[in-house]
Amino acid sequence: MDVGQDLGSFRSVARGLLARGVPPEQVLFEEARRRQASLLETESVADVAPGPSLSVPSAFLELAERVACHRSPERWALLYRVLWRLTHGERRLLEVVSDADVYRLTSLEKAVQRDAHKMKAFVRFRRVEREGQEHFVAWHRPDHLIVPYVAPFFARRFPSMRWSILTPDACVHWDLERLTFGEGVPRSEAPEGDALEELWSAYYVSTFNPARLNVRAMRAEMPKKHWATLPEARLIPELVRKAPERTASMVAPRLEPSEASRFLPASRELPALAAAARGCRACPLHERASQTVFGEGPAPAEVMLVGEQPGDTEDREGRPFLGPAGQLLDEVLERVGLRREALYVTNAVKHFGWTGEEKQRLHAKPGRREVLACKAWLEAEVAAVRPRMIVCLGATAAQAFLGPGFRINLSRGQVFETPWAKAWMATFHPSALLRMPDERSRAEARAHFEEDLRRVVDTLRALPA
Amino acid sequence: MDVRKKLEILADAAKYDASCASSGGKRKSTPGGLGSVEGMGICHSYTPDGRCVSLLKILLTNFCIYDCQYCINRISSDTPRARFTPEEVVRLTLDFYKRNYIEGLFLSSGVLKSPDYTMEQLVQVARTLREQHQFQGYIHLKAVPGASQELIDQAGTYADRLSANIELPTDADLSKLAPEKSFAVTGETMREIHVRVEQSKAERQESPKAPRFAPAGQSTQMLVGATPTPDAVILDTAHQLYTRYRLKRVYYSAYSPIPLVDARLPAKAPPLVREHRLYQADWLLRFYGFHVGELLPPEQPDLSLDMDPKLAWALRRREAFPVDVNRAPREMLLRVPGLGVRTVDRLLRIRKWHKLTLEDLARLRVPLNRVKPFIVTADHRPTALLDSPRLPERVRPSAEQLSLFSTAVVARTGEL
Ligand code: SF4
Ligand code: SF4
Repeated sequence: MDVGQDLGSFRSVARGLLARGVPPEQVLFEEARRRQASLLETESVADVAPGPSLSVPSAFLELAERVACHRSPERWALLYRVLWRLTHGERRLLEVVSDADVYRLTSLEKAVQRDAHKMKAFVRFRRVEREGQEHFVAWHRPDHLIVPYVAPFFARRFPSMRWSILTPDACVHWDLERLTFGEGVPRSEAPEGDALEELWSAYYVSTFNPARLNVRAMRAEMPKKHWATLPEARLIPELVRKAPERTASMVAPRLEPSEASRFLPASRELPALAAAARGCRACPLHERASQTVFGEGPAPAEVMLVGEQPGDTEDREGRPFLGPAGQLLDEVLERVGLRREALYVTNAVKHFGWTGEEKQRLHAKPGRREVLACKAWLEAEVAAVRPRMIVCLGATAAQAFLGPGFRINLSRGQVFETPWAKAWMATFHPSALLRMPDERSRAEARAHFEEDLRRVVDTLRALPA
Repeated sequence: MDVRKKLEILADAAKYDASCASSGGKRKSTPGGLGSVEGMGICHSYTPDGRCVSLLKILLTNFCIYDCQYCINRISSDTPRARFTPEEVVRLTLDFYKRNYIEGLFLSSGVLKSPDYTMEQLVQVARTLREQHQFQGYIHLKAVPGASQELIDQAGTYADRLSANIELPTDADLSKLAPEKSFAVTGETMREIHVRVEQSKAERQESPKAPRFAPAGQSTQMLVGATPTPDAVILDTAHQLYTRYRLKRVYYSAYSPIPLVDARLPAKAPPLVREHRLYQADWLLRFYGFHVGELLPPEQPDLSLDMDPKLAWALRRREAFPVDVNRAPREMLLRVPGLGVRTVDRLLRIRKWHKLTLEDLARLRVPLNRVKPFIVTADHRPTALLDSPRLPERVRPSAEQLSLFSTAVVARTGEL
């Protein structure tokens, strides 16, 4: 059976088939190549019923109107099958939304509605002058054949403007009185810019709160395929890149210098720094720890790894990342092809902090105060090591650089440019992986961790020397 | 100062306000006019914080005579200041609207001179848009607490929505951080709005031609995490506001650190998970028939951060389960973790014609792993799982961060 791309054509075909009692298994729908704009020729939805004896629920007609906009060629066969079932003993079929046919039909409908919604949202008009008149023109790329379906919305919203929406499948124009439709056009037909776009971009940048950076949520709602026609989308990469820095300056206790800076030696070479740090008394942590655990590794080094704080084992041995967390780290580093000897490895805080009894010393997470106090050492290390990339393990390390606004679970694995290194990234702390309660989340987090460290390797490769 | 610079300052200053949604109400377009409001608002863009841009959300000015400590616009803050003229706001709104960037305007302001003086300026913007430009798009005005009844009356005839912000959950919190504000004054403004909304509804019953008053109702915003006040108190306050003034929404806004802040405020990342849990709990109170006391028994005044409040409730009340989806009443189905309002209503419709099975649920996108221990279907009955001490681990979404990514969505739909 040949049908056009529109509901009207399907309707007359279906009506004939139903009248002759042809069951759906015996029909093969073939779509003739016709233009979307022919939808205009359809009669009103009200007379869609295939005949007085075969009345169809009005819900079906509304559904069919939307499903007809879908690009999938299966839609006609599906519509006919449901129509057949509705008229052959299953009048309430549409209420059984979990029925396979109904379910499929409603998923097509949903896709069309989502697309229509995105069109209402993402059409961006650009003002042009034509023969002395103001005209607004937009270029948009819908997924489905929805132009005629959505056009009335724009006519209601912008009745006093002359406007056109151009798409690859169809165009629609409003002349203050009537909608007219035409064939699709290429993007080059649309105007290039609008004087207002600069103001709009300024608004977009200012209304974004970098302390709440959540790129994944944005992407879910504003799929990348639409970015090409959104003037503000050009700004996204830069906004994302700068967000941690902006958050840091929002919350940076700008007036508090790091306490440890008064212990810094004259020479800023690593050995001198390490020696001086042994005498640091800038915060109370040195009182209960047995020794300072300074960073270790070559200078310069490509990558600097920053953890939180030495643990029990590290405190005894005087070297960073040795215990179970260190072993896990070594294992993953090896898997992704990074050699630990080539990295500079350190902690945000250089003394072990603990509570409880001497026999069983319990790790105590450093507070904001200790992290700040110790920051002078960390910054001196960065200056001496000059890493191309800094990788922070865990929130404490990340926040040592970017302030307490930084959130691991929103920004894990993303690479930012920072004042400290060309590339900067935060991921889980290996001991957080060890601590996860159930096996599934442990495996998941471990996979993320490995993936992030692989990204370190990729990023280094891509960085200009 | 040019408009662009002002826009940067005054949009930046407005970004801490969470209440920017544009849903509700209806406004027909007029032939020579511009714009329409058709039920659900449209999000025209999203910023990298995952929040939508649906309105031009700005302050008329960030000059303010008050000194609320959590606010960047307080008089003692050294933030750069700017002030729009009403005409500039009107122009920007129309220009942006015509390009389909926005659904309308959300205009708030610092307090200039006095509440009345400020309110008068806000009203002037809305009046100009509606009367001179036949603008039919969405307008949300901040009702300045303490402004006179007459100005509130005018504001409501032009705006779709009004909001007077409660700001903090208790009077004690307010007197600590916002000495010029009080529940009594804000409550009075809310009450005035409420009375007028109800009046206009009644009048429109008599005659559909009667003027509308804030057809999209009123909302408010409350800051979370700026003071140590627990969730139970926050939700109690919200509940009272909903019942007393028929608020459409209470917005919870995690306190984001602001530059050079008062030492009494936490210099911490905004408590986004907590904000998210409050939205979930709020939804349970309004649409699922829960009471504050059920979600937050006295010995647990804060919501659990690692599981949603409905799940936490169900785990405390295991004896109420399993629930038979083919038989149980709507109220009970609503209490099953993982079944949202929409799903429940669909189940009720389907089960009239057809016995529900797990496959039906899967097609409705119900998270089976979470739901299974709590329900009975035609082909499933939970085993002893409900008694298992490991149940929480089984039904909790695997990593908290996963559910965090959908925060923005849940805050809007509230489906649990
Ligand atoms: S933790 Fe850091 S700042 Fe504190 S004493 Fe040790 S080295 Fe100094
Ligand atoms: S009155 Fe409003 S703008 Fe002024 S300081 Fe208080 S919260 Fe900020």
